[in-house]
Amino acid sequence: MSEMRIVGKPRTKIDAVSKVTGAAKYGDDMMLPRMAYGKLLRSTQPHAYIRRIDVSRARALPGVLDVITGKDLPIHYGVLPNNQDETALAMDRVRYIGEPVAAVAALDERTAERACDLIEVEYEPIKPLLTMEDALAPNAGRIHDWTRTPNAHKIVSLEFGDVEAAFGRADLVREDTFLYEGNSHVPLETHAVVAKFEGGHLTLWSGTQVPHYVQRALAQVLNIPHGHVRVILPAIGGGFGGKSEPLSFEFCASELSRRTGRPVKIVLTREEQFYTHRGRHPAKMWMKTGVKRDGELTGLAVKIFLDGGAFSSFGIASTYYTGALTPITYKVPAYKFDGVRVFTNKPPCGPKRGHGGPQPRFGFEIQLDKLAEDLGMDPIALRRRNLVEPYSTTVNSLRITSCGLSECIAQVEKGSGWQERRGKMPPGKGLGFAASAYLSGTGTTMWHPDLPHSGAHVQIDRGGAITVFCGSAEIGQGSDHLLAALVAEELGVYPEDVRVVAGDTGITPVDLGSYSSRVTFMSGNATLKATGELKAKLLEAASRVLETAPEELEFGDYEIHDRNDHANSIKLVDAIVRAEAQFGTLGATGSYSPPRLGGNYRGSVIGTSPAYSFTACVAQVDVDADTGEVRVEKLWVAHDCGRALNPTLVHGQIQGCAYMGVGEALMETQQIDGRGLHMSPSLLEYHLPTSIETPEIETILVQAIDPEGPYGAKEAGEGPQNPIVPAITNAVYQATGVRFDETPLSADKVYRALHKKKGQRETTLTIPEFRFPEPERPTPREYYGDCS
Amino acid sequence: MSETENVVVTLNVNGETHTVLAPPYETLLETLRERLDLTGTKHGCELGECSACMVLMDGEPVLSCLTLSLEAQGHALTTIEGVAKNGVLTPLQQAYIESGASQCGYCTPAMVLSAQTLLDKNPSPTRQEIRDAIAGNLCRCTGYVQIVDAVELAAKRMRESVEDRVRRET
Repeated sequence: MSEMRIVGKPRTKIDAVSKVTGAAKYGDDMMLPRMAYGKLLRSTQPHAYIRRIDVSRARALPGVLDVITGKDLPIHYGVLPNNQDETALAMDRVRYIGEPVAAVAALDERTAERACDLIEVEYEPIKPLLTMEDALAPNAGRIHDWTRTPNAHKIVSLEFGDVEAAFGRADLVREDTFLYEGNSHVPLETHAVVAKFEGGHLTLWSGTQVPHYVQRALAQVLNIPHGHVRVILPAIGGGFGGKSEPLSFEFCASELSRRTGRPVKIVLTREEQFYTHRGRHPAKMWMKTGVKRDGELTGLAVKIFLDGGAFSSFGIASTYYTGALTPITYKVPAYKFDGVRVFTNKPPCGPKRGHGGPQPRFGFEIQLDKLAEDLGMDPIALRRRNLVEPYSTTVNSLRITSCGLSECIAQVEKGSGWQERRGKMPPGKGLGFAASAYLSGTGTTMWHPDLPHSGAHVQIDRGGAITVFCGSAEIGQGSDHLLAALVAEELGVYPEDVRVVAGDTGITPVDLGSYSSRVTFMSGNATLKATGELKAKLLEAASRVLETAPEELEFGDYEIHDRNDHANSIKLVDAIVRAEAQFGTLGATGSYSPPRLGGNYRGSVIGTSPAYSFTACVAQVDVDADTGEVRVEKLWVAHDCGRALNPTLVHGQIQGCAYMGVGEALMETQQIDGRGLHMSPSLLEYHLPTSIETPEIETILVQAIDPEGPYGAKEAGEGPQNPIVPAITNAVYQATGVRFDETPLSADKVYRALHKKKGQRETTLTIPEFRFPEPERPTPREYYGDCS
Repeated sequence: MSETENVVVTLNVNGETHTVLAPPYETLLETLRERLDLTGTKHGCELGECSACMVLMDGEPVLSCLTLSLEAQGHALTTIEGVAKNGVLTPLQQAYIESGASQCGYCTPAMVLSAQTLLDKNPSPTRQEIRDAIAGNLCRCTGYVQIVDAVELAAKRMRESVEDRVRRET
C-alpha cells in the first residue's frame, strides 16, 4: 500500500460546516406545506385496564383533524422478532405512566395539546409492580401474560467449565453485591418525526438510529407493502442508543397522516423523552471471584437482575450481553452466568452506549480492586497477571483477534503517574483503575441472520462525481464522513469530493443502523468492497492508456499513475471516462457479513463480534469530606480502536464516552417513585455534567490494527464508556477508604458514608430472591488455541 | 375557549426587519423557528435548562425559549444564521469545524454564540474561563474537550490577526 493520504489523518468532517452555520436540518426543522401537528396522550396510571376512552370532545375542538386510539393501530411490533409485545397506542391495558394511549392531529401544536386534555380515559387500576422484588414475588400478578415465570422476561443460565471446582482451587474467594442504577440517554434533540402519506406510499423523516428496522415495523403495523415505506434520516441530534428501535410516535404520525391526508409532525417534549426512555437497565448484581495467591483468576460466578421496565425492547440481547462481555478482558478459566430481565411497571429500558457492558464491568472491576488489596497486589498488576491474549478464544467461545489492551494499560499507567503517585496523594484525593472490551458490531442479526449486515453502493459519473449510498445512520458520530474518507483514500480524491447519501431506505442499500458500534467496521467494509470493484475497472481502463499492467498502477492525487514512474499518469477523470466507455455506467455494490461466530449454545451469537475494542482508564478524584462532593479531576483513557481512520473523530468519541461515564458515576439516575412517576423528568432535575463538572480528559489512541477491519479499524463510539464508572469508584475508595458498590456517587450518599457513626448499620445491597434453572453447560469452541 | 388576539411584532434579526402577527404569549424561539424559518435556533427543553435556544440580543446571550417575541422588539437580534457573513465562517466557526467540536451539532449554534460573546469580551481566556463561560450550554456528545479546544484555537488566531494588523499599521 502506498502512503495513505486521508486515512489516519485528522480531518474536518464533511458535514461540519452545516452544523456551525445552523444549516443542518433536524426532524423538527422540517416544514412541509399543509403540515399538521401531532400530540400523544399518555397514561397517568402505572398499571391499569382501560375501561373506556371517549375522544368525542377532543374531536369536536376546532382545529382538530383526527384522533386515534389503540384499536386504530392494533398490530403488535417489537425490535426483536420474537418479542413483538408493543402496540403504538395501548390497547386495553397500560403498563407504565407515560405509555401512549391516544394521538391527536391538529392544525397547530397548542390545539393538539388542548385536544389531548379533552380525551376522557377511564382506568381500572391494577396493583403496580415497581420493583424487581415485587415483580418476582411468588404471588405477584403478571405484567405480560406470556411470561412463563411471572414477570421474568428472559432467563439465562450458563456455565463454562466447573466454577465450584475453580473456587476450590482458589486461595481467596470474594463475594460482593452491586447496584448499578439506571439512567437515560438524554440526547440534546428529543425525538422528532414528520410523516407524509401520499398515494398509498409513506415517507417518514425520523431521527432514528435504525431506519431499516423502522421501515420494517411501519410496513407491518400500517399493513402496507414494505416497498411503500420510505424512512429518511434528517440530521440527528444525538442518539446514544435511545433512538434505536421503532417507537410509538413513528406509527402515530404515519397513521394520522394517512387519515388526514396531510404531513404530520410529532416532536416529543423533554418530559416525554424521559418517559419514552429505553435507557440503561438498573442492575442488581452478585459476583464471586476466585484467585490464586499470585493473582491468577480461577473462576467467576455472576448473578444479574435487570430491571427491564414494562416492555421487551432489546431485552433478550441486553440479558445475554450482561453475561457475554465480562470475560473478554481477562482470562477467566471457569465462568458461570445467571441473568434475568424482569418486567416492572416503569418506562421500558433498552440499549444505552455500551449496551450490557457497564453494569457487570462496574461490579467486576471493583471486585478485582478489592481482591488486589486482599492479596496485597497493585490493582494493575492483578489485571496484568490475567490479561487476555490477542488471537485467542474466551471461556464463553468468543473469538478475540487484534488486542491492544496491554498497551492501553501501559499508557494510562504511565500517563497518570500511577506507580509514583498512587497512595501518596493528599487526603481526599485518589487514583483508580479499570479496563474493558467492547464489540465492533454484533456478530449476529435477529431478523435475517443469513443476510449481509451492511450494503453500500458506489457510483461514479463521467464528470468524476462520486457518490456512496449506504443505509447507515449518521447520528453525530461521523459515519458519513468515514464512508467518504474510505472512498477518497481508495480513489485518490478528498472526502469533500464524495457525496454520501445515507439513511434513506428508499434509495440506499440496507444497513442495520447505528447500534452496537458497528458502522465503521461493517458499513466501512461494505463500502470498501464496492469501491474495490470500481477501482479494478478504473485501473483496467488506465492500463490501456498507460500501456502498463494494472498491478503496476496506483491511485495518486486525482490521478492514476505507474507506481514506479509517477510521470506515466492519467487524470482520474480521464480514466473514469475511459472506464465508462469500456464497461458502461460505473456503479458497484458491496456488502459485509461478519464471519460465523459463536459457541455451541443457545444465545452464543450475542456477544460475538468480528473484532473487539479495548480500553483502560485511570481516574483521579478529589472528595470533599465536608460536603460529600466527588470531583473527578482528570481521566486518562487509552483506547484500542484499531486503525484510527480519523483521529479527531476518535478522540471525540472517547471524550464523549468518558463524559457520559462521569455522569453515570456521579449524578445520573432514572428514578421512578412509589407511584410510578419519574422523579426527575427535566434537565433541571435530571443532572447532566456541564462543562464545569466534566473533568480534563486525556485520550490516548492505541492502534492494534485489525486484520478484518476497514484499514484495520475497530470501534470507538461505545467501548470507552465501560471502564469509566468503576475507575472513578475505585479512585473514590483510594481517596476516602470507603467502598461504594453502587452508582451514582451522589454527594448525599458519599457524605453519609463518610460520616457514618460507629456501630451504625451499613446499608446492605441485596439481590432479589430467585431460583435460576440448572445451567446449560456447553462444550467449548476454540478459535485460536486454548486460552484457559 | 377564548382565543387571544394576535399582535403585530416587529423584530430585527441578523440586520433584517421582520413583521409578523403572533399571539402575545409567543416565545422568541417559536417566532424565529416557526414564522421566520430560522431553524438554526434549536430547542432541547423549552424550559431554560439546556440553552440550545440561545440567541444574542444586542450582543448579549438570551434564552429564546424564555423570551417573549414582544420583549425582543427594538433590540438587535443575532441567530446562528447571521454569524457567517457572505458565506465566510468566523474564526470561531472555522476553529470549531477543525477541532471536531460538533458531533451531533444540536448544541452547536447556541454554543458558538455563547463562546463568541466570551471572545468578544475576553480575547485570551484560559481553559477554565472557557468552561465557565459555556457552563449553561449543555452538550451531550463531546465531553466539552474539543469545544474548549476550538474556542482556545479561535482566540489564538484572532489575537494573532489583531497583532498582525497592528504590526502592519505601525
